[in-house]
Amino acid sequence: MATIGDVAGCSDPVILNEWHAISALEEIVLGVVGETVLLDERVGYTMFEDSACFAWRSTPDLTLGGPVDAVAIRDPLPVRSQYGYLWTSLGSPATELFSIPEFDDAERRNVHAGSPMLATSAARAVENFLDIAHLAFVHQGILGEQPHTEVSDYDVNLVDDEIIATKCDFYIPKVGPNFDAGIIRYRYRVPRPFCVMLYWDSYDDPSREDVIGMWVQPMRQEQVRAHRYLGTIDRTSTDNEIRHHQLLILGQDKPIVENQRPKRLPLHPQAETPIRADKSAIAYRRWLSEKGVTYGVIPALT
Amino acid sequence: MVRDPTVLWHPIASVGDVPPRHVFHGQLLGRELAVWRADDGYINVWENRCLHRGLRLSIGVNNGHELMCQYHGWRYANRTAQCTYIPAHPADAPARTIFNRTFPAAERYGLVWSGEAPSGPPPEVGVLDAGSAMVLRSLPVDAPPGLVAEHLGRYRFCPNDRLDAEEPEVTADGHDDWSVLLTASAGGSSTTAAFFVQPVDSNRSVIRGVLSGSGEAADRLTVLRHHSTLLSNLRDRIEAYAATTPPPEPMEVKLHQVSEQLARVPVASVGRHAPLRVRVSRKWKTAEGVAGFELESIGEQLPSHQPGAHIDVHLPNGLVRQYSITNGPGEGTAYRIGVKREPNSRGGSECLHESVREGDVLAISEPRNNFPLRRDSVRTILLAGGIGITPLLAMAQTLRKDDLDFRLHCFAQSPAHLAFPELLKELGSSVTTHLGLTPEATVTRLRELVGRYETASHLYVCGPGPMLGAARRVATECGWPDDAIHFEYFRNDNEVDNSSSFEISLSRSALTLPVPAGKSVLEVLRANAIPVPSSCEQGACGTCGVTVLEGEPVHQDVYLNDSEKLAGDRIMTCVSRSRTDRLVLDI
Repeated sequence: MATIGDVAGCSDPVILNEWHAISALEEIVLGVVGETVLLDERVGYTMFEDSACFAWRSTPDLTLGGPVDAVAIRDPLPVRSQYGYLWTSLGSPATELFSIPEFDDAERRNVHAGSPMLATSAARAVENFLDIAHLAFVHQGILGEQPHTEVSDYDVNLVDDEIIATKCDFYIPKVGPNFDAGIIRYRYRVPRPFCVMLYWDSYDDPSREDVIGMWVQPMRQEQVRAHRYLGTIDRTSTDNEIRHHQLLILGQDKPIVENQRPKRLPLHPQAETPIRADKSAIAYRRWLSEKGVTYGVIPALT
Repeated sequence: MVRDPTVLWHPIASVGDVPPRHVFHGQLLGRELAVWRADDGYINVWENRCLHRGLRLSIGVNNGHELMCQYHGWRYANRTAQCTYIPAHPADAPARTIFNRTFPAAERYGLVWSGEAPSGPPPEVGVLDAGSAMVLRSLPVDAPPGLVAEHLGRYRFCPNDRLDAEEPEVTADGHDDWSVLLTASAGGSSTTAAFFVQPVDSNRSVIRGVLSGSGEAADRLTVLRHHSTLLSNLRDRIEAYAATTPPPEPMEVKLHQVSEQLARVPVASVGRHAPLRVRVSRKWKTAEGVAGFELESIGEQLPSHQPGAHIDVHLPNGLVRQYSITNGPGEGTAYRIGVKREPNSRGGSECLHESVREGDVLAISEPRNNFPLRRDSVRTILLAGGIGITPLLAMAQTLRKDDLDFRLHCFAQSPAHLAFPELLKELGSSVTTHLGLTPEATVTRLRELVGRYETASHLYVCGPGPMLGAARRVATECGWPDDAIHFEYFRNDNEVDNSSSFEISLSRSALTLPVPAGKSVLEVLRANAIPVPSSCEQGACGTCGVTVLEGEPVHQDVYLNDSEKLAGDRIMTCVSRSRTDRLVLDI
């Protein structure tokens, strides 16, 4: 819902200067114009046979689905093709993206698990990803099961300006042949305001961790695409099975996050009622506040 | 003049929109509402937002007593909208009082009425029958409420009995910004229609019409269809007209902030230890005013209990209460307890009766036994008053399994007041019931039952304070020594005086600490990080007892018997104080 006096366009320098994933590389059609929305602006993109990627503010001469030649692209936006995604920025981004050491692990499968759209703000989507207590209710039978609803105390720290939540123990039902029902230990990482990651001991090789990332593309203040990345040791599931599973989970989250009000994440400490299970969410809201993020949130200043 | 809409009653739904176990999504003056009827008939009109993470409560679950949020299972009670359960923290959940925002609700003319802060009663329309009015189909219109009311003033329709009238006469009997009263007459019959315009938002309204006359008219459907067609046409005209001007800005809705206290995250509770998690696998009425609860482990095997043992139950409202385990020996998969609903409940028994349901997770302590059963006895008498039966049931079952001689005497108001009748039946002829006795008759009966003391006899009493006191007196008079009389109080009815101040010296930790007036020894120990187990914290259960090495204590508890108190070598740190300036404790 638009608020009074809301004008389209992002004036938040923090978010403007961020790298945002706008497409999985595998979904880009070579030499053809793709188009998406980023921070209220239409953005075109493509990739050529030499793997060179381009992104630009949409222009009338480069229409969606039409052919494109590199020389026709004026004023290209900064791009990175990394971790299987095309990243761009409407501001002046840092030289490097955050690091994902697991991505270069030769034994690991890197799977793109879909980019569904959510009618909510990026920060609400990230907070839902960080949330442990909802697993027993929203993902009943998959990631949690009643009556095992308790969230025990866990640690949250700020390390190199990333939020790290560790020792996040939660009950998980029997989800596969190699895993018995019981307590699973998660580790969360929020490397950038709208990028969030989750680690857990791999079912197939408990000495290693599986990782899932969600890169939330803020299309508008209250509309996002959630690009899901999986780096897994899984030796049994096919890529499509992994995608289906991730889409099922996100499909359960979608009606929840789309029914939160306000849709923008309120940063004022008294806007909502936190409990101890929300430690990571509290840290996330404070961190966004300290960075001065305003896009898709309701700033704490009243 | 436009009246301030926030002080008025507005219709927000038809009564048919709030059937049992449903949640209706309403909106008034820009504010979303969750509207639901509880099984007791009460209509709740709440802010459509869970206080935790803002999830719409209109997609929640109405279980007839509470509304449960879909996101994290928080539950809010009928009428008060108080949060009664937070599943993420079954051990230490809200000692905080969390209320959702509520709005007044009324039912009249087949409509549900509410408002931000309405004054006085909902509007009355003389010609309408509050009970049997015919409610028209509600009709949403994308136009400002004032514009809708203005157009409604020119609405033309036929009386119920003359739907074919060519030229009905329609007169306006009343008209304001939010309602229109019209009467249509033709050929001697007439029908009055009241239209209320629900201001949903600045550019959205709902027309809610009510007709005079019986809602049971034979041609009801024809009448409804007549208005449905006419009102749909009217809506098209209003919306076409409204579209000629830019829509007004949506209304700004102010969401209340939660209090500063609620915004702070409470630390995990310290002091009382509740390591076990159990699920309420069964809740049933076992006697008049007594609910039985079966608590089954959701994790590891439950620790074994001894007969007479109790557990601390940590309730969703933050209180901690003690309940005796009724299980017989070897029944280790679930604990069964009985909870009497206390008329003057301070929130413990009420919470268990009203809020806790099958499937809920509760945190409990390990079983603790301050009421141990001696099994070297040749004759055991168990005296139970009311709900005091619970620990004695565990004892009776144990004695029976061990083939030891015992009698269980149950004092109760009536047969309906005997808890766990199925267990009593199983115990068969070892049980005698004493029903409906006056206090005097109870004492006489106790004297008959207790009789003269014989060697290796033991007496166990549990029940309300006066009955317990009487039984102890009678036994002493009959020559029973203190160490053969065992008792357990539910609570300490004595007034505890904590006005003195003194010093405690801890012999093992070489610490001397002042105990000021108003603080208990237990509180002082805790404040200095010296852990002492505790349970009832009112001098009834015996859990927090410590040994006294020097000094003269003032006991104030009901746990120790008279000879133990006289010996003065043990105190209950939650209530006991000192007559001397200093107590030396063996801690």
